[in-house]
Amino acid sequence: MAVLLLADVNGGQLATDSVAKALTAVAALGEVHLLVAGPASAAAEAAGLAGAAKVLHAEDAGHGLAEGLADLVVSLAGGYSHIAAAATPYAKNVLPRVAALLDVMVLSDVTAVVDADTFERPIYAGNAFQTVKSSDKVKVFTVRTAAFAAAGTGGSAAVSPVAAKPSDLSAWVEDKVATSDRPELTSAGIVVSGGRGVGSQADFALIEKLADKLGAAVGASRAAVDSGYAPNDWQVGQTGKVVAPQLYVAVGISGAIQHLAGMKDSKVIVAINKDEEAPIFQVADYGLVADLFTAVPELIEKL
Amino acid sequence: MKVLVPVKRVIDYNVKVRVKADGSGVDLANVKMSMNPFDEIAVEEAIRLKEKGVATEVVVVSIGVKQAQETLRTALAMGADRAILIEAAADVHTDIEPLAVAKLLAGVVRDEAPGLVLAGKQAIDNDMNATGQMLAALLGWSQATFASELAVEGDKATVTREVDGGLQTISVKLPAVVSVDLRLNEPRYASLPNIMKAKAKPLATKTPADYGVDVAPRLTVVKTTEPAGRKAGVKVGSVDELIAKLKDEAGVI
Ligand SMILES: Cc1cc2nc3c(=O)[nH]c(=O)nc-3n(C[C@H](O)[C@H](O)[C@H](O)COP(=O)(O)OP(=O)(O)OC[C@H]3O[C@@H](n4cnc5c(N)ncnc54)[C@H](O)[C@@H]3O)c2cc1C
Ligand SMILES: Nc1ncnc2c1ncn2[C@@H]1O[C@H](COP(=O)(O)O)[C@@H](O)[C@H]1O
Repeated sequence: MAVLLLADVNGGQLATDSVAKALTAVAALGEVHLLVAGPASAAAEAAGLAGAAKVLHAEDAGHGLAEGLADLVVSLAGGYSHIAAAATPYAKNVLPRVAALLDVMVLSDVTAVVDADTFERPIYAGNAFQTVKSSDKVKVFTVRTAAFAAAGTGGSAAVSPVAAKPSDLSAWVEDKVATSDRPELTSAGIVVSGGRGVGSQADFALIEKLADKLGAAVGASRAAVDSGYAPNDWQVGQTGKVVAPQLYVAVGISGAIQHLAGMKDSKVIVAINKDEEAPIFQVADYGLVADLFTAVPELIEKL
Repeated sequence: MKVLVPVKRVIDYNVKVRVKADGSGVDLANVKMSMNPFDEIAVEEAIRLKEKGVATEVVVVSIGVKQAQETLRTALAMGADRAILIEAAADVHTDIEPLAVAKLLAGVVRDEAPGLVLAGKQAIDNDMNATGQMLAALLGWSQATFASELAVEGDKATVTREVDGGLQTISVKLPAVVSVDLRLNEPRYASLPNIMKAKAKPLATKTPADYGVDVAPRLTVVKTTEPAGRKAGVKVGSVDELIAKLKDEAGVI
């Protein structure tokens, strides 16, 4: 059977890395058709991903808002055994709606596709993993991108148009999207994150400087985001982004389970914290007990 | 306008979870349970809407075991007016799936006709992040997920959503389902007098049969496991030593 994979489009751009990782996750389930609701350039880029058998292209009908997009997915659902997407806010907004319209359950954040009916996913902030078997006629799920390698390029899938109709239930007003030259949080090889210990938005520049020195993406704890030191989409954790870089540097972060849920699969973890009892040291490969305001500038200088 | 808030009783977010020896799930016997943190935020927002004169009544509903009464009483003590408990399970380990929860909530919506449903973004036990969206689908309503700001004006709500890359503002027609994110507000604590007063507020008890909903799960648990633990590494004595380790031992920079 075939898989319909909903591709993330943000601000008119294909979220290439997420889509490429989701492609890997579902590859064993059958032929994969990518659904791209967005500009033709996004569809063309999707067509170049290795493993995409076909691209269904809908001119964006309303900024990916859930109502219209869910109707579009449902209109195409016949003939697919699986409907999937990367577990991003874009897809988590839409796929549960799709699942309910099809009268099936949804599975969020799948970390392994065991077979056509069986999936593994984290529960309780990643403190347990559950393997579940679905009895539904169509499997609707999102995949945790940090668990999969990205599919390559070099594909040449045919692009065919599909018709979408925006819903009048909701209307787009505005996007406030920060653009940055830094690597994306979920695909970066190195992530430097700051927590409440950084103390202010002005001092968060120190974290950014260290990140830039390392060519890293910047992350933050919830406390740092809540305090206004960092924007919301930098939050790493149970309810933020899940990352698994080669190197994760946690600065002034205590290591609450909700934060660990988003980074404990990183290959190497470094913690800089002035409290030697901080729980972050229990997962850190290298711990430096120090005041971040002396350690981080020294690190920036010596790297 | 009436506001409906579904609140789930979940393991307290500070509790360290343990997987049951038979792999059927997480051990919830004699574990501290609390209101799902996102639902506290939803209750708070509903009460603020009432305080602003936008909402006329706040109704809270919980689906699960009868102990979910405690969760509902907490919401009543925060300031909700009335509660509905749908007793759908006898064992605290039975989790009702989001699709069934959404169907039951749709039944409650048909009875109560709220103008707004404020749900949590996700339950911190199953981490599904689905119920609000499913409910909106079943009702054919508009939805706004991951809300960090909410303003109700007439027959519309303007919602700022936490999305990839930043924030998105949308306008949804009411009635709507809004799911709330962490930064929408800071929930209040219930005062002792309000906890006492909450005991006298109405709490109706229902069953899934009252709504004609089958809550049989679509997913069966094959196994539950604990993730591979991570061992604590070493403490380094200086920035120089850290750099040396990262270069020579780990080879990551
Ligand atoms: C439902 C729910 C979901 C949540 N989701 C998330 C999530 O997705 N992500 C997340 O991160 N959190 C999440 N949290 C919050 C989490 O529980 C913690 O509150 C949060 O992670 C704490 O952030 P922190 O480590 O920055 O702050 P704190 O716990 O306050 O830690 C600050 C640390 O900085 C250190 N420090 C202070 N000054 C210095 C200095 N000068 N030099 C060096 N170190 C210093 C301190 O020793 C301390 O260890 C969630 C909570 C709930 C209830
Ligand atoms: N059993 C339940 N009882 C009441 N509300 C629930 C229940 N399950 C889910 N919800 C609501 O739906 C939200 C999202 O839950 P979930 O989709 O399970 O992650 C929660 O924050 C609650 O507002």
